[in-house]
Amino acid sequence: MEKWHLMTIVVLIGLTVRWTVSLNSYSGAGKPPMFGDYEAQRHWQEITFNLPVKQWYFNSSDNNLQYWGLDYPPLTAYHSLLCAYVAEFINPDWIALHTSHGYESQAHKLFMRTTVLIADLLIYIPAVVLYSCCLKEISTKKKIANVLCILLYPGLILIDYGHFQYNSVSLGFALWGVLGVSCDWDLLGSLAFCLAINYKQMELYHSLPFFCFLLGKCFKKGLKGKGFVLLIKLACTVVASFILCWLPFCTETEQTLQVLRRLFPVDRGLFEDKVANIWCSFSIFLKIKDIWPHHFQIIISFCFTFLSLLPACIKLTLQPSSKGFRFTLVSCALSFFLFSFQVHEKSILLVSLPVCLVLSEIPFMSTWFLLVSTFSMLPLLLKDGLLMPLVVTTMAFFIACATSFSIFEKTSEEELQLKSFSLSVRKYLPYFTFLSRIIQYLFLVSVITMVLLTLMTVTLDPPQKLPDLFSVLVCFVSCLHFLFFLVYFNIIIMWDSKGGRNQKKIN
Amino acid sequence: MAALRLTMGGGNWFSALALGVTLLKCLLIPTYHSTDFEVHRNWLAITHSLPVSQWYYEATSEWTLDYPPFFAWFEYALSHVAKYFDQEMLNVRNLNYSSTRTLLFQRFSVILTDALFVYAVHECCKCIDGKKAGKELTEKPKFILSVLLLWNFGLLIVDHIHFQYNGFLFGLMLLSIARLFQKRHMEGAFLFAVLLHFKHIYLYVAPAYGTYLLRSYCFTANKPDGSVRWNSFSFVRLLSLGLIVFLVSALSLGPFLAMNQLPQVLSRLFPFKRGLCHAYWAPNFWALYNTLDKVLSVLGLELKLLDSNKIPKASMTSGLVQQFQHTVLPSVTPLATLICTLIAILPSVFCLWFKPQGPRGFLRCLILCALSSFLFGWHVHEKAILLAVLPMSLLSVGKAGDASIFLILTTTGHYSLFPLLFTAPELPIKILLMLLFTIYSISSLKTLFRREKPLFNWLEMFYLLGLGPLEVFCEFVFPFTSWKLKYPFIPLLLTSVYCAAGITYAWFKLYVSVLTDPPSGKTKKQ
Repeated sequence: MEKWHLMTIVVLIGLTVRWTVSLNSYSGAGKPPMFGDYEAQRHWQEITFNLPVKQWYFNSSDNNLQYWGLDYPPLTAYHSLLCAYVAEFINPDWIALHTSHGYESQAHKLFMRTTVLIADLLIYIPAVVLYSCCLKEISTKKKIANVLCILLYPGLILIDYGHFQYNSVSLGFALWGVLGVSCDWDLLGSLAFCLAINYKQMELYHSLPFFCFLLGKCFKKGLKGKGFVLLIKLACTVVASFILCWLPFCTETEQTLQVLRRLFPVDRGLFEDKVANIWCSFSIFLKIKDIWPHHFQIIISFCFTFLSLLPACIKLTLQPSSKGFRFTLVSCALSFFLFSFQVHEKSILLVSLPVCLVLSEIPFMSTWFLLVSTFSMLPLLLKDGLLMPLVVTTMAFFIACATSFSIFEKTSEEELQLKSFSLSVRKYLPYFTFLSRIIQYLFLVSVITMVLLTLMTVTLDPPQKLPDLFSVLVCFVSCLHFLFFLVYFNIIIMWDSKGGRNQKKIN
Repeated sequence: MAALRLTMGGGNWFSALALGVTLLKCLLIPTYHSTDFEVHRNWLAITHSLPVSQWYYEATSEWTLDYPPFFAWFEYALSHVAKYFDQEMLNVRNLNYSSTRTLLFQRFSVILTDALFVYAVHECCKCIDGKKAGKELTEKPKFILSVLLLWNFGLLIVDHIHFQYNGFLFGLMLLSIARLFQKRHMEGAFLFAVLLHFKHIYLYVAPAYGTYLLRSYCFTANKPDGSVRWNSFSFVRLLSLGLIVFLVSALSLGPFLAMNQLPQVLSRLFPFKRGLCHAYWAPNFWALYNTLDKVLSVLGLELKLLDSNKIPKASMTSGLVQQFQHTVLPSVTPLATLICTLIAILPSVFCLWFKPQGPRGFLRCLILCALSSFLFGWHVHEKAILLAVLPMSLLSVGKAGDASIFLILTTTGHYSLFPLLFTAPELPIKILLMLLFTIYSISSLKTLFRREKPLFNWLEMFYLLGLGPLEVFCEFVFPFTSWKLKYPFIPLLLTSVYCAAGITYAWFKLYVSVLTDPPSGKTKKQ
C-alpha cells in the first residue's frame, strides 16, 4: 500500500473524528447572560468587523470589555475579522453590533465549526504531517502511526471542536516553528513562532526553549563569526514580524500599552477556576489566594517558575540539540503550567503539544501524560456536556497509541530513556533496579484512579458542604501527575548526553 | 498489566479495528437520524405494549410493523431493556417521541447488536486462504477484508446515521456464508432461515442458497467432468435441511397461522401497492428506464410527435413522488419486474447447478442474485445495494478481476447512498467517510494485486473519477443555481442515473466472468 495513501487515510480519520466531535454542544450553549468561549469568538468577530482598529481593545459604549472583551494578541483579532467577512457574506445578523449578542442557531454553529476545521486543516494538520515525515530513525509505518496518534489527541480535539477555541492555529504555528528550527530553517522557524505568540500570548510558555535553542546555535557557530550574523538575522526577523503584526497599534504608545494591559491582566487572580497546578492544589490546604498579598503572589509564582525551568534552559543553551529542544519545550511549558501566574486549565494543551512531538521517542510516558492531560480538563468538559466524546476519543487515542507503538512492551529503562539516570543512581544504590516495574505499577494505579474519579464525578452527587469536591480531586490528582512528569522530563534532559557517553563506554 | 498487554498488544489488530469502528459509531450518535428511527421506536412500543395478536394489525402510526416475526420478537426483547431507559418511548401513541435517553438507547442497541457482525467478519476472515499473504500486516488479505467489512461506508451511514439494524442482519448472513465455506452446511442453512424471518429482503438471495445446498450438499458426489451424479443423492440430507427450514418457519409464522393472521402478516410484508421506484430512485435498471422515458417524452414534445395535453402533469416532479407514470414507454407492473428479475437470476442459478465451483461459486451466484433483484426488482431501496456489496468484499480479496468489479460496484453503490443524508452537518461526514473507505479499498486492493494487470481500464477510471465532479455539482453548485426551484429533482436524478450505469456495468461484468470462467475441476487445486 502506498505510503501517502495511508497518510491520507490517517488524516481523513483525524478529520472525521474532529467533525463528529463538533456535532456536540459547545461552551455556554444556551446559557445567558455570559454564554461561553463560543460567544466570545463570535463577539470578537462582531467587534472587529464593526469597530475601527483603534477601538478594538478599548472600553467604549460599543465595546464593553466586561463582556468578552478582546484579550488576545492582534493576529487573533485579524483572524476574527476575516471570519467576520465570511459571516457577513452568509448572514449579517451573526455579527450585527449589539443585537447579535448571544446569537445561536444551527447554521451559525455550523459556520463556526467550519472556521475551526479550515484553520486546523490549513495550519495544524500539515504541520503534524510534515513534522512526522521529518522525524529520523523511524520507519515510514511508524511515521504514519505517529501522525495518527498526534491527530487523535483528544485534548485538542475536545477543546477546539467541543468547547470551542482556535488552539490549533497557535499550536500549529508553534509546531511550524519547531519544525523550522529543528530543520535548520531558523529564520522561518522563528517567524512561525512569532506568529504563534501573536496569535495567543500563552505561546510564551514555549518561548524560552526557542530562545535558548537559537542562542545555543549561535554560540555553537561562534559569536564572533557566523553565529553573530545568525543572531542579528534572527533578531531582525523577530522584530520585523512583531512590528508587522502590531502595525495598527504601534502608532500610539497608549494603544500599545492598552493592548498589553489586555493581554497580561496581572490584576486577575493567581489561577482561574480549578486548575491542576501547584497553587490551586495548595489552596486546598491553605487559601493562598486570599492570604498572600497580590504582588507577593506574582513574585513567588515568578520565582518558582524561573527556578524550575532554569536547569533545562541552561543545558539547552550550552548543548543545543534538536532532541534536547523538544524535551526542554515540554519541561518549560510544564513548569509554566504548574507554577506561573493566571493559568487556565486549557493551558495544558501547550504542554501536550511538545509531548506529542516526543511520542515516538518515549511512547509509554507520552501516552500516559496525554491521557492525564485530557483527564485534567474533565470538569471543564463535563460543564460543556462533552462526556460522551471525551470517553470515546480518549479510548480511541489510547487504542491507537497502544496498537501502533505497542506501548506496554516499551517500559524498559532504556525505552523510558532512564538508562543513564538509573546507572548513575546505581553507583550509590546498587539495588536500584526496580525503576521500570515501579513505573508500570504507577501507570496502572494512575489509570484506575482516573477511571474511578471520572465515574464518581459523573454518577455521584458531591456532598452539599463540598460542591466542588470532585473537580478539586481531579485537579489535585492531575497536579500530582504533572509534578511527577516534570521531574521525569527534567531527568531525561539532564542525563541526556551523559547517556550517550555511558552507552559508548558500555558498548 | 498482562491482560492489558494481551488485549492491546501489537498482534491483535482485529480487535483494534473492531474497537476503532465501534468508537466511531459512538461518535456518530448525535448525527441526524431519519424516520426509520421513529419506525423502530414505534415497533418497540407496539411489541412491548400490545399482545402478539395485535402486532400486525396495529396502525396508530403510519409506520406499521412490516418485518417478519423474528424481527418483531427482537424488538420485543429490546423493549425490555428500553423500559429501564425511558418508559415513554414504549407508548404506542407517543408519536415522534425522541428524548435523549431514547436516542442513546436506540443508537446503542444498534452498536451493541453489531457485535454479531464483528464475530461474523472474524469467521469470514478464517475462510480466506492466506497463501498470498504478504509480509506486512496491512497487505494481508485477512486484514484488508476485515477493514472492508468492518469499516464499510454503507453500513456505517445506513445503520449509524440514517438508523437501521442492518449490522446484525448482515452478520447473520456473513456467518451463514462462512459456515458454508467451512462445510458446516446445516448451520449455514439454519442461520439463513433465521435471517429470512428477521428481514425478508434476503429472499433475493434465497435461490442461490437453495440451489447450492441442493447441488453441493444433497448430492454428495460429482462425475469426473463435474456434472451431477444422480445416484449420489442423499435423501437424509434433504430431509434434514427441509426440517430445519420448516421448524424455523413454524417457530416464526406458526403463532400467526394459529391465530389465522397469516394473510394479514403477508400483506404487511409484501406491500405491492407502493410504486415502481422508491422515493429516491435506487440506481437500478428502472431508473435508466424512467430516464429514457423522460428523455423520449421531452424529445417527442420538441418534435411535436406527442400531444402535450395527454402527458400527465406530475411526471416533471418525478423522483420526488412515488408513483411514476410513463409517457412513451409502456408502464411497468409488479409482475413484469418479477419476470425480469427471474430471467436475470436464472443464468447464474443454472451456472451454479451445472458448473459447481464450491463455496466461491455459491458466493458469486449469491451476489448475482442480489444484484439482479436490485436492478430489476419492484420498489427497491437504494440501501439494498449493501446486499451485494458486503458479500462481494469476500470475493474481492481473492482475485484481481473480482477486485476490479468490487471496486466499481462499491464505489458507485456507496455514492448512490449519498442522498440518504441531505442535512448540512452530515455533509462533511459522508464525504470524509466515503473518501476514507474508497481510498483505502482502491489502494489496498491495488497493492494486493500489484503483480497482475491494472484493476481499471481508462474508461472505468474515468467513470469513477467522474463521481467527484458529480458530487461537487449536486451539493455545491446546483443549490446556488436558478434551477433549484424549477427542477429540484435534478441532483437525485443525476445521481441515480450515473450510479445505475456503474452498477449495471458491474453486474454485467460479473455475469460475464461467471459464465466464461473455466468449469470446475480446476477448483480442486484450492
